[in-house]
Amino acid sequence: MAELRTRIAGLEMENPTMLASGILGQTGESLFRIVREGGAGAVVTKSIGLEPREGHGSPCLLELDNGILNAMGLPNPGIDSFGEEMAVALKAGAPVIGSIFSDSPSNFAALARKMEGYGAAAVELNLSCPHAEKFGLDTGSDPAKVAEIVSAVKSAVKMPVFAKLSPMVPDITAIALAAEDAGCDAIVAINTMRAMKIDIDIGKPVLRNKVGGLSGRAIKPVGVRAVYEIAGRVKVPVIGAGGVYTGRDAVEYLMAGASAVQIGSAVRERGIGAFGIVSAEIAEFMKENKYKSLNEIIGLARGK
Amino acid sequence: MDIVTVTGVFNETKNIKTIRFKWAGRSKPGQFAMVWIPEVDEVPMSISFSGEESGITVLDVGEATWALHNLKPGDRIGIKGPLGKGFSITGKDILAVGGGSGTAALALAVESAIAKGKKVRCALGAKTSGELLFKKRFTDMGADVRVATDDGSEGHHGFVTQLAEKLIAKKKPDLIIACGPERMLAALTEVAAQHKIGIQCSLERYMKCGIGLCGSCQCGRYTVCADGPVFTGGQLAEMADFGKWKRDPSGRKMHC
Repeated sequence: MAELRTRIAGLEMENPTMLASGILGQTGESLFRIVREGGAGAVVTKSIGLEPREGHGSPCLLELDNGILNAMGLPNPGIDSFGEEMAVALKAGAPVIGSIFSDSPSNFAALARKMEGYGAAAVELNLSCPHAEKFGLDTGSDPAKVAEIVSAVKSAVKMPVFAKLSPMVPDITAIALAAEDAGCDAIVAINTMRAMKIDIDIGKPVLRNKVGGLSGRAIKPVGVRAVYEIAGRVKVPVIGAGGVYTGRDAVEYLMAGASAVQIGSAVRERGIGAFGIVSAEIAEFMKENKYKSLNEIIGLARGK
Repeated sequence: MDIVTVTGVFNETKNIKTIRFKWAGRSKPGQFAMVWIPEVDEVPMSISFSGEESGITVLDVGEATWALHNLKPGDRIGIKGPLGKGFSITGKDILAVGGGSGTAALALAVESAIAKGKKVRCALGAKTSGELLFKKRFTDMGADVRVATDDGSEGHHGFVTQLAEKLIAKKKPDLIIACGPERMLAALTEVAAQHKIGIQCSLERYMKCGIGLCGSCQCGRYTVCADGPVFTGGQLAEMADFGKWKRDPSGRKMHC
């Protein structure tokens, strides 16, 4: 099997697949299982805030023809309850990346400090949730605010800091560059895109929150484009996310310039084992096409 | 999601109703559906009737269940399902133990076991005689139904687990299937383990997505919606949370 072990921003991973934030990842045992049974190279927790939060009402998730629409609304038990979950997750042996969200640089910094104390390998800043007021995209669409948050977190912790960005901005590279200039160690692209489903028999939007974030196959071309654009401008690693179901999807992101991929929606179709399956498919693609290392593929489509 | 038309709403007990709707059920015993009541909520419900007119049997506990109770024939609701893994009935002699409205989750399993020629005994528990669910339905199906009430108004005066122990002592079943309050299930799994009887329990957890993605219903290493809701005694023994901890909508641990 081709060598899949990789190192991203100092994180040692058995393979280049990570659990995307928001899928499972709310309990230590689910994170543990995704590493041990699922074969993920790393896991990202659900986005955790300062206070417990119930999230939006139901329906909050819908399967559509080409993806999944969700308006979970950042439910989480709050950072103070999350230490015990992290302790369990860490036993799996893979890097655990703590995803955090907040509405101010100082609170982001406080959350990051706690995540570092819990043993997180890195922190991922959710600057891109498209369906929670004041949080996520509301701050993540402004390069100056993004820079301010990244700087505050960088000065609060020693671990690597990842910024997860939304594609719903005129120029995602401007946001990525602002994050990099502020000291960010890796860019994650993309988060879900604002979308809606109306049931025409009922004549109403189905999601209780009306608007949610679209993930899965439908957004893969957007993600690949975003990674391609960002990877051409920043020096830090880029982690691709959005519609990775197969090894071939992952390779497409790698060729666009991603060093690793995150997987979320595919868990619905391929189960928790999606990470190991995608990794094996990447290895198979490499073998068939005589690639010896991931580095030969990363950025290949850019004509590096 | 399928949009279905309600065909009838029937009283089962003073606070439990069955809602029937046109939905050709391909449900296996023990599976559930996410039921969307437009503009109100979406909630997980065991499928308690299958066939051309499927049904759910609902205890009124809040806004969503109240809305379900007040549906009228012709109203439309959304159904996602059937979801999850149901019961796997093995052996010839089955003991079905239901506590309160949890009995609804056993209905299709009892029905299908009898249809396959198995001997089914049911132990049903409730607070009081008038709240016993599906006593007549299961008796009419051909099950041997015994009951327990907390107030002693009918049958065994006490817990349904005590009644189940009596029935086990009389004749050891090949398999126990159960649904009800989690502490009842925890006690019953201990009884089953003592007597070396296989057991499958249907668990209830706060659920959001219903398809194994959001993690709200995590119990130990399992998601109740996708890995369950029916778990074997072996799986339950692995779950440190079983019988002890649930999670609230934010994911914080709380006592069962």
